[in-house]
This record gives sequence, structure tokens and C-alpha cells, in this order.
Amino acid sequence: MKKITLLEMKRNQRGRIIDISGGVALLSKMMSMGLYSGCEITKVGQMALRGAVTIKVGRAVIALGHGMAGKIILETE
Amino acid sequence: MINKIFLLGNPNVGKSVVFSRLTGVQVISSNYPGTTVGLAKGYLKIGEARIEVVDLPGAYSLEPNSNAEKVAVSLLKECPRDELAVINIIDSTNLERNLFLTLQLIEEGFPVIACLNMCDEAKHKGVQIDIVKLEKLLGIPVVSACAVTGMGIKYLIERIKEARPLVSKGRPTHQERWQKIGEIIEAVQSLTHRHHTLREVLEDASIRPVSGLLMSVAVVYASFKVVRFLGELLINNIMDPVFFSLYQPVLEKISLALGKDGIYHHLIIGDLINGKIDFKQSMGVFTTAPYIEFAMVLPYVISFYFVLSLLEDIGYLPRLAVLLDNLLHRLGLHGYAIIPVLLGFGCNVPGILATRVLESKRERFIASTLISIGVPCIPLQAMIFGLLGKFGGYYVSGVYLVLFSILVISGVVLNKTLKGYSPEFLVEIPPYRFPPMLVLVNKLYLRIKGFLIEAIPIVLLGVLVINVLFYLRIFDSVTNSLAWIVHGLFGLPKEAVVALVIGFFRKDVAVGMLMPLGLTAKQLFIAATLLAISFPCIATFVILFKELGLKYLVKATLIMISASLLVGTLLNCCIIR
Repeated sequence: MKKITLLEMKRNQRGRIIDISGGVALLSKMMSMGLYSGCEITKVGQMALRGAVTIKVGRAVIALGHGMAGKIILETE
Repeated sequence: MINKIFLLGNPNVGKSVVFSRLTGVQVISSNYPGTTVGLAKGYLKIGEARIEVVDLPGAYSLEPNSNAEKVAVSLLKECPRDELAVINIIDSTNLERNLFLTLQLIEEGFPVIACLNMCDEAKHKGVQIDIVKLEKLLGIPVVSACAVTGMGIKYLIERIKEARPLVSKGRPTHQERWQKIGEIIEAVQSLTHRHHTLREVLEDASIRPVSGLLMSVAVVYASFKVVRFLGELLINNIMDPVFFSLYQPVLEKISLALGKDGIYHHLIIGDLINGKIDFKQSMGVFTTAPYIEFAMVLPYVISFYFVLSLLEDIGYLPRLAVLLDNLLHRLGLHGYAIIPVLLGFGCNVPGILATRVLESKRERFIASTLISIGVPCIPLQAMIFGLLGKFGGYYVSGVYLVLFSILVISGVVLNKTLKGYSPEFLVEIPPYRFPPMLVLVNKLYLRIKGFLIEAIPIVLLGVLVINVLFYLRIFDSVTNSLAWIVHGLFGLPKEAVVALVIGFFRKDVAVGMLMPLGLTAKQLFIAATLLAISFPCIATFVILFKELGLKYLVKATLIMISASLLVGTLLNCCIIR
């Protein structure tokens, strides 16, 4: 088990969120969209030059800014 | 007794489509989160009762995390519980995520009925939901529906009265709520595994760096080509023949009857060019005014909105947001700002309204200012195609290049000078969907109707007033007092002042005013660019004021004036021919 941020994950890699090191507002927003500690996600892609990161959560695809992605910490195999 | 129904649900689950089905009020719906930024109201008749139905912007939860959610929550809370019913619209393909809001609504004691929308798509994707079991587990009525085709809506209406508040069992934490959702999903949903379809491959490819950028270039290029092709097709095969073969002979007779001269002839027909009516130069209320609106602008309005609506409904726009997020950050915006900008290419007003999807005032100010300065609306673009097109494609692309550079420069400068920071985006990317043709045609019809209602009275009245003022020589003093700027700095004939002033009312008529002046390609290029950069039309001004307030409106205006002075002078000095 390795702990890395979403930015360090590779394309198509799966992982389980173990922590989101953001403020209350960000946590609450992510939580309501289904991104919470314990949920499993797959990374779809990441744009160059500090671009957006896209992930799959359940059946939804969610895009988030580069800074936010750096705050999501996951556990991968 | 229920007298108010709220439609509430996650973004992009089809609330507006259900709303249209319930009330018969047509509203614009698309395939991306945040299409509805305001409230839409309509009425639903059940028996004798007439119930108000309110379509709320999408919300993921009852915690006010975004402006849209704040509005939704405060409206819900101020209505007495025994008089309202909440229809919670749920995306069946994504039941798990949607149930978060459903549970919150139930816990808060709202009378809720759940509508599982898009059941056809869920079936197609291999998602089976046991409605009866779900109803039992949630304790509220659950109805499955497909709002685009209208399936299940009747049943939904029948069951609205069954919505009752449940006795609250306390408020669990978010984590507990997700746990409960997990249990419900386990019990009611079964998935049939399917292989990746071509659609899913394309969905993924459009948000990956290399393939995504290639696709976006292809999509943007193809859209532009299709808009031009369709526009020209309509002009050459329908509009021009109608005007020249059917309408002109009638007008020639009227002209003859009026004695080819006099004030009425001047107002109605305008000036005769070489003894004949010239739709582009006569400037009469019944000659040039309808020609500009119907034969030059309307065809492009139709073709532009056809392409935009198609892209919206397929769900391509949010992917563009992902691709451009890094670049737009340099302008103090985030990727999602591309959607208001694209809407602004149709008309700046809906574009600026759509900036409500951006969270902070700073972002909204930057986006609105950039749209007003660097995004020409489709009537203006149509006139630019019409006028500059004959001098060659370089001039037309030149205008876009200049506008794009101004947009980027102003964005960078605003981002560097304005205080505060711009938040990042967190947004759901919808799957590709292929809307039924009827839905697309309906939306196109709505937008074209909106355009005609807004444009025609102003254009006809505007040309009439301009003609009267010209006849009374009122413009002379304005022309002379501003001549030093227009002639001295921009190298335009001083008569062009009138056109630039008219641009404040309508851009298409303003370009139309340039037609009789016999400008060179360079002058036309400068004038068209200036019309785009300088003041937006009055409708946009009003919206800027409403959305941003006076202080920001003044700021935006000052930026526009300085940009036009600078660009006009620069272009005049730099372009040789």
C-alpha cells in the first residue's frame, strides 16, 4: 500500500481516498459529490501545464482543478 | 393542500426537461451542469387546482456550497411545509450519488417524491433498479420516468399528492449517510457488465491531453465551417431569392407610387442607388432594415444556434472546459468559464447571465468584461462575414485574431491587477448523449423566437429614428465633435461616428450603416473590430449593471473605452492596406 496524491497517480490507476486535506467548504462540496474518505476512484487523465484532473467515481466522471487534486490523498495497490 | 412544487436535484439530471413536461413552459435545457442559472416558474393543473411549479438550479446537497445551492435552500426553507411538495429528480444512471440529496431532503422533513429520470439510458447502460424496494427503503413515493420522451410523467403527476414528510430520525453525519446509501444501492441496484462502447472510448479520449486537444481542434474547426456553410446556404437559396425576386418588385411599385422622393420615400424606401432600390445601401425602414435582419443576420443566427445546441446536448462543452482549464487560469478564470464565453458568441446577454456558474465575484467580473470586449455576438459576426467576406478570408480571420489577442491580454492584465484569487473548479462531466431531433429543433425554435422578438422592433424602430435624425441633420454636431478621434486616430471617415454610436443599440444595424459609406477593406476592418470591442449593446449594458452593479459596470466601461482607443489607433498605424 502506497500513499500518494491524486496528481501522482497514473492514468487508469485505481485508488481509495484516505484523506482530503482541504478546508471545510471544499470537504463539504466534495462530500456531496461523492468524494469522501473511503471511496474508490479511477484516474482518467490529467492535462499538462497544471491542468485539470479527471477521475471516475462510481458511474460519474468528475473534473477538478490541479490544486484540488493535490489535496486528495489516496492509497493504491 | 399543496400549492407549490419545487423541482430539486443534482445538476444535469434533467430538471428543466421535467419542468417543461409538467408546465408546458418551454425552457432551455442542455447536457451540462449549470444550464439553469435562474428560477423558472410555471403552473401545473391537477383537477381544479392550479399549482405553482418552480425549477431550481441544480444542487448536490442542502448545504449551501455554491450560489445555486444557496438560492435553492433558502427558497425551500421559506415555504411552509404543509403547502409544498418537492419532486427530487434523480439520474437513474447515477443513483448512488443522487441519493445523497434525497436522504438529506427526507431527513429535513420535506414532503418528497423521487423521480428516477433517464430510465431509458440506465437500461441501455445495464443498470437495473428495483423501484418497489427503493420506495420501501426510502419511505417515499418513487416513480421512474424518461422526461425527454414524456414517459412516466403522467404517473408522476398522479402521485405528487402522496408526498408526505417523514418523521426525522435525527441527522446522520455525511459518512453515515454514504454508508446508508451503500446499503440501499446494494439492495436495489443490479448491474449487467458491459464492454466499453465506442461512445465511452470517445468520452475518455476527449478529456485526455493529446487526443482531447486534437478532438477539440477538429470540433471547433468543424463547427465554424458548418455555421458558415449553413448560413450561406440559407442566404443564397432562400433569403436572397425571396428578397430579390418577390419583395423587391413590390417595393419598386411602392417607390414609384411615392414619386421616388420626399420624406415618406426617404423613411420607407430610403435612397435609390442608380435609380434602383439597393437592399444594402438604401437604408429605408422596409428595405435595408428587414434585409439586414432576415437575409444577413437571421441565417447565421439559425446556423450558429443549431451547432451550439447540438454541442450542448451531446455534452461536449464541459470537456472543452477540462482541456482549457490551465489556460483560463492564466486569465483569472477556470475552465468552466468557456461555457459563458461560447454562449456569448450567440448573444452577450445569455453569456453574461451564464457567468453565474462561476463562484466568485472576481471571476464573474473578469468573464463578463472579457465577453463584452472580445466576444462578438452572432448578429455582429454575420455582418462581418457579409461585409468583409468579399475582401477575402484574411480580413475575417484577422478580426477574430485581433479580438482573441485583446481577450487574452485583458484577461492576463485583469488577473494580475485585481485583488483576490480565483477558485478552482470541481464539476461533473456528463456522458455523451444523442438528443432526439425534435428536442433539438424545439430548442432552436425557442432561441430563434427569442432573437426575433428582441431584434425586430429595435431594428425597425432604430432605422426609422436614424432616418428622421438624418433628415433633420441632428447627427452633424455629434459627427463633427468626435471627428478628431474617428478620423484622426482611427482613419475612418467622420460619418462612421454615427455607426459607432448606433452600435450602442444594435451591432448589426451599426455595421449596416457602414455599407453606404464605401469604406476600404482596411477601414471596414478597423470599424468592425471597434464595434466589437467598444461598448456592448444596450441590452448587454443593462445585464452587466444587474449582474455586477454600478461600480463594476463603470470599471468595465472604462476598460472598454481605453481598449477601443488603443486598438483603433494601433490598427490604423499598423495595417498598410
